This record gives sequence, structure tokens and C-alpha cells, in this order.
Amino acid sequence: MLELSGITAGYDPRRPVVRGVSLTIAPGRSVGLLGPSGCGKSTLARVAALLHRPDSGTVVVDGDPVRGARHRATREQRTAFGVVFQQPRLAADPRMRLTDLIAEPLRATGRRAEAAAAVAALAERVGLSGELLRRRPHEVSDGQLQRACLARALVLRPRWLICDEMTAMLDASTTAALVAVVEDYRAGSGAGLLAVGHDRVLLDRWCDETVHWDELRAEKSPSGV
Amino acid sequence: MSPATSGPARSGPATSGPARSAPVPSGPVPPGPVLSVQNLSVRFRMRGGRRIAAVTDASFELGPGECLALIGESGCGKSVLASALLGLLPGNARTDGRALLGDLDLLTAGERTLARTVRGRRIGLVPQSPSAHLTPVRTVRSQLEETVRELTGVRKAGLRAAAEAAAERAAFPATHLDRHPHQLSGGLAQRAATALALVGDAPLLLADEPTTGLDRELVDRTVDELRRHADAGRALLMITHDLAAARRIADRVAVMYAGRIVEISAAPAFFGEPGPRHPYARALLDALPERAFTPIPGVPPELGDLPPGCAFAARCTRASDRCGTLPATADGVACHHPEETSRA
Ligand code: SF4
Repeated sequence: MLELSGITAGYDPRRPVVRGVSLTIAPGRSVGLLGPSGCGKSTLARVAALLHRPDSGTVVVDGDPVRGARHRATREQRTAFGVVFQQPRLAADPRMRLTDLIAEPLRATGRRAEAAAAVAALAERVGLSGELLRRRPHEVSDGQLQRACLARALVLRPRWLICDEMTAMLDASTTAALVAVVEDYRAGSGAGLLAVGHDRVLLDRWCDETVHWDELRAEKSPSGV
Repeated sequence: MSPATSGPARSGPATSGPARSAPVPSGPVPPGPVLSVQNLSVRFRMRGGRRIAAVTDASFELGPGECLALIGESGCGKSVLASALLGLLPGNARTDGRALLGDLDLLTAGERTLARTVRGRRIGLVPQSPSAHLTPVRTVRSQLEETVRELTGVRKAGLRAAAEAAAERAAFPATHLDRHPHQLSGGLAQRAATALALVGDAPLLLADEPTTGLDRELVDRTVDELRRHADAGRALLMITHDLAAARRIADRVAVMYAGRIVEISAAPAFFGEPGPRHPYARALLDALPERAFTPIPGVPPELGDLPPGCAFAARCTRASDRCGTLPATADGVACHHPEETSRA
């Protein structure tokens, strides 16, 4: 269970972009969070992924309360999450070859030995061929880079996936392909999903349920339990 | 429901702008195309002698008052095509063919001509990310005034009024003219950038992914405004991966795959009945979440390593032995086995 309760967060404590928002996702369930750009939904996604520390409120991951964001959270908690953002170019180190990009979380957690096998399996899953894996971000298209970023998000076999506008820059076929990869992974692993976006048609088709940002602000939690 | 499933291809835009007073499409045949692209190819020479065929043999025409949507996935060559028209290709690019804007060939025109008489004056560019296109430290008013002065020669006394008129043309509110770009919402920043693109009163508007990252509602408003500028007699080339946006305003659709235009069709037939004729275009529409939501299996070929025949063959369910040779374009479709669409 991923439980966000009474979250207030932002970048300036005097002007929080998220105010008193609660959201609960049951294990293995998927929730689409719909809202206009700039409403604060991306900030909430970062809080949910333990990348941003809320000003107030609590995050409980699988029964385990989180004490802080990033390095303050336990490694066990941090590695329970895979995150994909809207803009792969901002999320990828331009100097890394795609193969190293995908393997990075393994290296960061001291599991370098598993890298080769894990990358090979994931690359195939997301549709990246051998030659592409040796390229750097500027040598591939947005769609190819986002495929690599999704592979990176899956490499630690997370229990929770947070996809923040993952497909906003992608064409219809690449969108359908990446969603299929996510759903395939979830079917095999039982991972839960928070998909943030602004396209209702997409989220309705993708997720078990879709909640609108305005409903959350009214402190109504979805019934994803 | 989303416009991609149900909306008529070009229902009346729901903007508050002036109604379309003089519908262009139904009038007599307009005087000749604003833009005529003939067999345009772009090649990049990379390190190690690798050659990238970014655009191959693209041909289309675009008349006044007409909107052509160029669609395809990222990396298919559509942005390179736009850069070629603007003379903004990097130094390792080589072009072939012609791109006639009136009687000027954009591919052979010198940088001086392009900078002084084409960009801004004969081609207005509506950019992909307006915030990157606007100067962050200056107000919208001051940027508009400078552009008005540069492009129209209006002198000091008339500048203020001319800039305000330019803002109004793009539905940018006069109340926000003294703001800086970061104080604007995404939608208003897009309108500010559009206002700048319109200042030179260019006959051709080139919109490069004008709706990336915008909410659906804002997408609709942005493209409706672009449509209005086409209805005012401009030619509009919109490059996009957003099929709903294309359906909403385009008269015709050009589909690009692996650097080639594989289909050009009238938008209503393409998005409605009988649907696309090229297998790739069909599969692309089927990938939409409001349709089958099935991805096209596999990935596009590398532009540096294209097969000799049809580039879609490895992913195509209709492929046959004939597809090992390049299909010629007939009736707007480049395919050996196009979808039968018994159209009159
Ligand atoms: S030419 Fe052949 S492979 Fe290419 S799209 Fe047509 S049927 Fe498919």
C-alpha cells in the first residue's frame, strides 16, 4: 500500500503548490492522476517517489513510514520505486551510453555484477537493439531515450512505479508500446502504479481508476483499496 | 469524447475569436501554392563516414488558407524537414530537390537572404517551446515592439499601437503585455510566441510541435488559433505527433515514416471513413488509446541504415516479396499493397 496523507509540499514553504492532499493506492493497483499543467501533480508525484520531502504530511510505503526524502529514506524504501519523467533529456546524463544509463541504479546499489544480464533483458523488453545501447542520449530520438529511461526505472524491479507524463512527448505508437511494457511488468511483478498526466482518454484506458486533481484537494481519497 | 474519436475533423473552433468570415476552401481555385516542396532530401554526414538519410524525396504543396499537418514519430525526419525550409540545418547537412516559396528556392538561398527576407517575414515560426523562444529578461511588450520595428519599419510613434495590435491578433491580452515570460501561463506564453510569429505578416506559418506539453484544453485553443490564421489566408504547416490536434484543424495530413512521406490524404477521410491507406498510418491510428491501443510491433529502422525496399516492411502485416523494392508514390500513397478504400 502506498499512502500519502495530508501532503503539503512545494519549493517555497510560504507558497506550497500541494496543499493537504491525500492519496492511497492499494498493492498492485494503478491510479491515474489527471490535472492541468502547473497544478502541483508533478510535485505530488515526486513526493510519492520519495524524491521530494513534503513540508507536512506523511508517506507510508507498504506499512513503513518514510522519515525523509532521498538519502534520508531507507535504501529499501528508495529502491521500492521506479520513476519515469516527461522529458527524458532532462532525466538522462548526456555523457552516459544508454546501456550505462539503464544499469545506473544497479551500480548505485552495489549490484554491478547483475548489470549485463539485466540490461540485455530489459533492452529487449523496451525494444532497444544492441547498437542503440552503445549510443549516447544526443544520438537517439526522444522516443528511444524514453524507452531507456523506462528500462532504468524497472532495473531494480520496483514494487511501485511513478510515471509523470511519461508519454506526453511521444507519438501514439511509442505511447502504446511503453504503456504495454509497464503493464507487462506489473502483471509479472504485482507492482502498483501512479500515472500522472493530462490526457483523460489515455489514463482511463491505462489505469484501474482515474482521479482528478480537484477531487484530491477536496481530501477525497480514491477507493483504490 | 475526444476529438480524435468523434469530433468532426474541422468543427467550428470553440474560441472566442472572430468567426470565419470568408471561408477559403470553397472559393475558386487559389492562385498557386505558397509553398511547393519537390523531391526534398536531406543527408547528414556523420563522423566515421556514416550517412543519415533524414529526409528522402519529400514532395507536397501548400496553398493559401490551407493547413497541412505533418505527422510521425520523433526521429522520423519531420523536424529536419522544417529546419531545411528555414535554412537552419547544421553544417554537415546536404540537401537535394527544391522548396519553392513563391519563386525563391529555400534550399539554395543564401543565409543572408534567409535571415533578412525569409525568417519572420515570409515564414513565421511558431516554436515548440515558447518559453525558450521568448527572451526571459524582457517584457512581452518590449519584445513585440522590437520585432515590429525590425520587420515592419514602424517608427517610434506608432510602435506601441502596432505591438498592441500584434498581440491582439494572437489573442494575447493587452493586460499582460508588461509581464515577463516566466510570469505567463503556458497558454499565454504560446500566444506571445505566436504573436511574434505573426508580426511579419508572413504568408507561410510553420508550427513545430506547437502543443507539446500542453493540456488538452490548451492544445485545442492553441490549434484553433492557428486555424484562424490559416482562415485569414495564410498557409499553415503544422508539424506534430499529436493526432488529435492534427484532426482538429488540418485540411490534409502528410504521414512521415523513416524520412519519407508515405501518405498524403484529406484529413476527414484519413481520420474518419475510409481511414488511412498506408499500413503504417493505419497502425499509428490504431495505437491511440481511444482506438485499439496496440503498439506497432518493433521499432523504426535507423536512418543511417535503411533497408533497400520499403522501410516499414519489417513491421508490416501486409508485406510481401514486392516490398523488398521501394514502392512508388501513387495517388498520395507509397505502398505496394495499400488499403483498399473504394473511394469515389
Ligand atoms: S510497401 Fe509493403 S511493407 Fe511497405 S507498407 Fe506497403 S505493404 Fe507494407
